[in-house]
Amino acid sequence: MSPSARWLWMIPRISAQKRREPLTPKQSFVLMLSAIAVGIILGGLLFSLVGVSPLYAYGKILQGSFGSPQGWKEIWRKCIPLMMAGVGLVIAFKAVFWNIGAEGQMLVGAIGATWIALSFKQAPAWVLLPSMFGCGFALGAAFCVIPAILRSRFNVNEVITTLMLNYVAMQLVSYLIDGPWKGKTQHGYPYTDPFVEAARIPRIPGTFIHYPTLIIGVVACVLLYYFMKRTRAGYEIKVTGYSPRAAEYAGISYVKTLLVVALISGGLAGIAGVGEVAGVHGRLMYPYYISGGYGFTAIIVAWLARLHPAGVIVSSIFVSAVLVGGDAMRLRVPLASVNIFTGLILLMLVSTEILRTHYVKVTWGEPTRPS
Amino acid sequence: MPCGSWQDAARRVQNRCLGSPLGLGRSRRVDGESLLSRSHDAATGVGPITTQGFVAEVRRKLADALALLAGERPAKAFVGPDQKMGDIVLEARGIRKVFPGVVANDGVDLTVRAGEIHALLGENGAGKTTLVKILYGVYTPDEGEIMLGGQPVKIGSPRDARDLGIGMVHQHFMLSEPNTVAENVALGLPEGRMLFPEEEVRRRIQDFSGVYGLKVDPEAKVWQLSAGEKQKIEILKALLARARLLILDEPTAVLTPLETQELFAALRLMAQQGKAIIFITHKLEEVLSVADRVTVLRKGRVVGNVNTSETDRRQLANLMVGMDLVPSKKALAKPGEVVLEVAALSVIGDRGNEACRGISFSLGTGEILGVAGVAGNGQRELVEALAGIRRVASGCVRILGRDVTNHGPRAVANLGVAYIPEDRLGMGIVPDMTIKENLVLRKYWQPEFSRGMFLHESAVDVYAGEMIDAYEIMTPSSDTLSRKLSGGNIQRLILARETSGRPRLIIASHPTSGLDVKATSEIRAKLLRAADDGSAILLDSEDLEEIFELSDRIAVIVRGQFVGIVPRAEATLEKIGLLMGGATG
Repeated sequence: MSPSARWLWMIPRISAQKRREPLTPKQSFVLMLSAIAVGIILGGLLFSLVGVSPLYAYGKILQGSFGSPQGWKEIWRKCIPLMMAGVGLVIAFKAVFWNIGAEGQMLVGAIGATWIALSFKQAPAWVLLPSMFGCGFALGAAFCVIPAILRSRFNVNEVITTLMLNYVAMQLVSYLIDGPWKGKTQHGYPYTDPFVEAARIPRIPGTFIHYPTLIIGVVACVLLYYFMKRTRAGYEIKVTGYSPRAAEYAGISYVKTLLVVALISGGLAGIAGVGEVAGVHGRLMYPYYISGGYGFTAIIVAWLARLHPAGVIVSSIFVSAVLVGGDAMRLRVPLASVNIFTGLILLMLVSTEILRTHYVKVTWGEPTRPS
Repeated sequence: MPCGSWQDAARRVQNRCLGSPLGLGRSRRVDGESLLSRSHDAATGVGPITTQGFVAEVRRKLADALALLAGERPAKAFVGPDQKMGDIVLEARGIRKVFPGVVANDGVDLTVRAGEIHALLGENGAGKTTLVKILYGVYTPDEGEIMLGGQPVKIGSPRDARDLGIGMVHQHFMLSEPNTVAENVALGLPEGRMLFPEEEVRRRIQDFSGVYGLKVDPEAKVWQLSAGEKQKIEILKALLARARLLILDEPTAVLTPLETQELFAALRLMAQQGKAIIFITHKLEEVLSVADRVTVLRKGRVVGNVNTSETDRRQLANLMVGMDLVPSKKALAKPGEVVLEVAALSVIGDRGNEACRGISFSLGTGEILGVAGVAGNGQRELVEALAGIRRVASGCVRILGRDVTNHGPRAVANLGVAYIPEDRLGMGIVPDMTIKENLVLRKYWQPEFSRGMFLHESAVDVYAGEMIDAYEIMTPSSDTLSRKLSGGNIQRLILARETSGRPRLIIASHPTSGLDVKATSEIRAKLLRAADDGSAILLDSEDLEEIFELSDRIAVIVRGQFVGIVPRAEATLEKIGLLMGGATG
């Protein structure tokens, strides 16, 4: 650095340096709590800015989430799609296949379920529901296989293709609900007709918790944990993700591995879509009402679980609670500030992840050097 | 022809060595321009080119390069232009560093003087790399102090080290693979324009690399380069960053004999300019041929510190391993049944060039064929094509009579072909997976280790335990991540996986590069034993000594073609060297 630029040394320099040993689970937990605390403090400042006492706001949030039966019902309801899509993303990210398209895969899953529900109104529930899940899985998987093939055969960046396919799925839903599938009993609203009772996923009475989907989700998390640990396909996914060159050396087919990953990842997102349409709404409606950003939030769920399939169970419930807490505030403060609050908490959690393996060093002034 | 005289150049050098820091920036710019215009003239052929003119040109370029090296840092740097030969540059006292379970350095003292090439000699795991990483600020020592130019310093990070004038060429390349050579070099330089600094750097690389014989194409993408070429960039990076104390961690591991000589010449020039050089190696010849002084480490302690003029090969070997070296000798094999047959093989390289052209040979049981050649002449592509991981453009590969051309790596592996790749960390193992998972990387699909779609975990555990014992892999358990292993143990892991099942053919690429004397002789002995047991071995190595020691026949590859296959009995170093240099025979 030239002498005239000496003043540049006065700018504090922040650098992240690798820890010799990553934090222990206990320390990680403390780190996570501190991250949430910082998010809450910043959120408090935000609420003061919009003229709401932070204490009042947080009281309401706590009451609205963990503090009331209604809150708990909502937490369980919202964690279902997050868990389902999140665990699929864990598998995709393990193979370093950046699937940003869970949102779209949920929507085509929902389309699949709706198609079955509207076409076979006479069938009994034990036929209808499995075939709805099956069709949703297949469509979601197919929607994810397209970018996987483009990636593995033609080296097309999957971030772009999966992201863009989200919009394709949204437009497809919009077209269907306002076109061929527009309900006759909906007074001109762009909804499909409600599903027959047999095409609805049973719920816990008095709630929106469609428990069969929840069970499928938990089972999927546990099964995929063993899948990654015990099976040859899981081994191949791990090798491919960690070192593509070594995978080549071991004769692991990149195309096949990505296909397996896309089937699991897209299929589970598709099932999440089936759950929303057949378990909560009972009909296909505006795309945002169906997927509601769960496909994107599931990315955070997967990261918070540190790409551990069983960890998704915990992280999905946690993220769901943050979302529900935010919802509880909606009627009292401007909507945007609630979204910013949930965003803040999640941002804090995700951005402190690096501190598990790195520490931050701030240096100031010229480096010590003898004259 | 616009040119200054040799005296002008010498004066410039002197000025730079003695001049004020403020004057330096100006003279640097002027030199940059004159260098540019001159090389431009030379390239376009403007002006009469006479023998005399040519000699003068070379001299000028040399002088300019020395000037670049000599002094362009502010006088604040600890070894300024006033640095006198023989002054102590670096003094480390009582360095101690403990990693969980290992004492890497224990009371290490090291003194390095200006103008000195100081070799750090020791086996893998002797603590050489730990010591220099402490000097470069990667690790902080648990005990001990470091003095630079007589002043105690704390080196908190590699950035501090660079600011203090310490440069390092790492053993594993610190390069951004998708970027060009020029971009990588620009990234490492402290100054330069904010936008597109590589444009200026490109020119400097060309001027600079020509002088030192470290020829690289500044426009090439790093991922397309061979290991030897990447090493050259690393060295150029440190040279261009004008370090005062240069640390090289096993720089010759990836260089050919010729490139090594070029590097040594460059190191000597730098030492003459008053730089201090620390040079890690475990090759005795290198210590004796290039270093002035040598510090020998064993198990984290200094066991010797001598001038190279007062020592010999035997004494150093004794100090290093604590025993005499016994060279292994191989009886010539009688070629048996043909295992590998290659006919008119052509392979396309990463840059779309024809890396191998019309290669034909055959290899029988118990036979070792050495492939000798200067790095980047198609060895890598040939070996990868044989192993099934690179597509064959034309020609055919038959193993045990079966045509496996473009049948993929698994088909080849299933025929009993072991492949020891050149790039251990990038290809040979998955560093983020455990040792036992790595031990089955190329056999997990076999019935022994699978139960339907599941891995047969207990079989894997048993196998891993056996391999760790049989191949003496030093690790606390088979569940340890393999990234934590040292270089020698990583190669033992690969060897265990590849050669344990009595392979019919072993393709070994640089099997001992960067390994210590003990691991090297151990691995060579294992390869010899495998040949005695009936494996055919294709040995791709840049270590000619190794090729002569092991091979029955020696194939020489030049620009993708076999220019000769010489039986060992008829092979001499001169003959092979001439062939490698492009002579026909």
